[in-house]
Amino acid sequence: MITITDCTLRDGNHAVRHQLSESQIRQYAKQADAAGVDIIEVGHGNGLGGSSALLGTSCLADRDMLETARSVIKNGRLGIHFIPGLGTSTDLSTAIEVGVDVFRIASHCTEANVTAPYIESVRNQGKSVYGVLMMSHMAEPAELAQQAALMASYGADALILMDSAGYLAPDDVRWRVQAIQELTDIKLGFHAHNNLGLAVANSMAAVEEGAELLDACIMGFGAGAGNTQLETLIAVLNRSGYRTRCTFDAVAGLAHASQQYLDCLTPHIGTANIASGINGLFSGFAPHIKRAAEQFKVDEFQLYRLLGQRQLVAGQEDIILETAARLSTTH
Amino acid sequence: MEAVISRKRAAIIGSGSIGIDLMYKAMRSPHLDLKMVVGRSQASEGLSRARDLGIATSAEGIDFLAHHASGIDIVFDATSAQSHRINDQFFRKANLMAIDMTPAKIGAICVPSINLDSIVAERNVNLVTCGGQASIPLAYAIAQAFDTLEYIEVASTIASDSAGMATRENINQYILTTEQALRQFSGTGKSKAVLNINPAKPGINMQTTVFAKGRYHSLEKVKASVREMVVRVQRYVPGYEVVLEPVESKGYLTVSVTVRGSGDYLPAYAGNLDIINCAAIAVAEFNAVSWERTAA
Repeated sequence: MITITDCTLRDGNHAVRHQLSESQIRQYAKQADAAGVDIIEVGHGNGLGGSSALLGTSCLADRDMLETARSVIKNGRLGIHFIPGLGTSTDLSTAIEVGVDVFRIASHCTEANVTAPYIESVRNQGKSVYGVLMMSHMAEPAELAQQAALMASYGADALILMDSAGYLAPDDVRWRVQAIQELTDIKLGFHAHNNLGLAVANSMAAVEEGAELLDACIMGFGAGAGNTQLETLIAVLNRSGYRTRCTFDAVAGLAHASQQYLDCLTPHIGTANIASGINGLFSGFAPHIKRAAEQFKVDEFQLYRLLGQRQLVAGQEDIILETAARLSTTH
Repeated sequence: MEAVISRKRAAIIGSGSIGIDLMYKAMRSPHLDLKMVVGRSQASEGLSRARDLGIATSAEGIDFLAHHASGIDIVFDATSAQSHRINDQFFRKANLMAIDMTPAKIGAICVPSINLDSIVAERNVNLVTCGGQASIPLAYAIAQAFDTLEYIEVASTIASDSAGMATRENINQYILTTEQALRQFSGTGKSKAVLNINPAKPGINMQTTVFAKGRYHSLEKVKASVREMVVRVQRYVPGYEVVLEPVESKGYLTVSVTVRGSGDYLPAYAGNLDIINCAAIAVAEFNAVSWERTAA
């Protein structure tokens, strides 16, 4: 059985500049829960405490988003994404008060040790806690495995690899999963982005190597070119003999129903998203890069290249503006 | 006759990267006479470097310092917040001026470009955080030039190799301390701090961006205020440099600086460690100079 985490109400928030409304969250969480999704992740695109000038202000407070979802999720579990350095322990306490079930504590793929106090604290409060390694294309398999082992040693129940830039190809995923399995027996999950059109293929590579958790979004509704499309993923998983709690019919119904109120288009890989992917940049940068290129009247693709050279991590959105300003003066 | 500068006798407790970088800076200061560096491990690289430079060292930490307290005026505490709370009781008894490099926040908060004058009588001075030292001068300069300031936010990115275990284990404390000091110095009720760690090789320079929301009537006035403040910071942090001039973006006045360190102990990209150490030296030197004036 593959556990599905539906990130529509978290990663999807990137696609609408963090403006998902209370009624959208209520309707979608309720319908996704009824469709049999295992974990429903909710929040600002960058997780708890993400609402900011740096990343974009969300229209609802974290607590309101979580309470709204909590009130309608009956069968599945409510999840959150949390990045140390962005969110604080106060944000985690709020999530615990509201009744969040699954805490996904994330760091850049080489910085796992910043998650230790948070993983330990959430675990001590009896909650499920997953470690998340973001931008996992930026570390070689052996290094990634060491970072995964660290999160396991802090007490994480599972480890989610995120291809936040949508850069990886299926073999890159296999090597990473294999390397982690050689070092630790922690349960593994994979979170894809579709910048290079490989989200479903990468997710399948991960489960074929033994991953037991996959992330997906309805119609791919997520940052950049979107995430793994939930309907496609369920169809492919089931056809390949992997069982899921939700059926294709149920998620197809969910896709149809949510089109009425989620202003997401069927995932589209724009050329900017491809540039984002090949330059290994965080998928959530796309709207920031577009806006900065317009403001400073510089070439968007040249900006992607320059930013890629600077090896930015998620959270460095401020560098986009600075680089665009610099580029505008060197013309 | 040439004026004789009476130098303040200084000690450093904590022989980690902050303590050792401070050692080089203290040795260069015309106002300080570094008497000792104490730590907890005789075998530490820091103590070994201090010994090589002919400075008295001890692995007995605070106990050694206590035995020699009469020969010391100023102590830089580069241990941990927890240790500093204990050490501070001794510093007070021995009447030592303590410059607290930890996030213990016992004493008066100082950002030298803003409130150096106000700490003249303080016996324990705290230096907020590295991100605080980089961003608060800008936040203050912006607040001065704004008619009303509603919100201030700071995002800092530091190189992975410059973020030691103490920083990593205390990110939460870092954020809370930085946010609190931002409110205190800018006068706003709302603040947010973000810290990113970037592993790129070679290491990236520390970079800090300030976002301000509020009303101002002249962008030129804001720019001038920021420019003036940057010059003040550069007097004690030579590697402090504006990389994004104040600009309006998404409804926020935005300005970015990088901090390149002097490379005393850590590589030059570790501007985050350099700036808080430069601030500590500025506090110690100010104290030394004020003391001379009082004595005269």
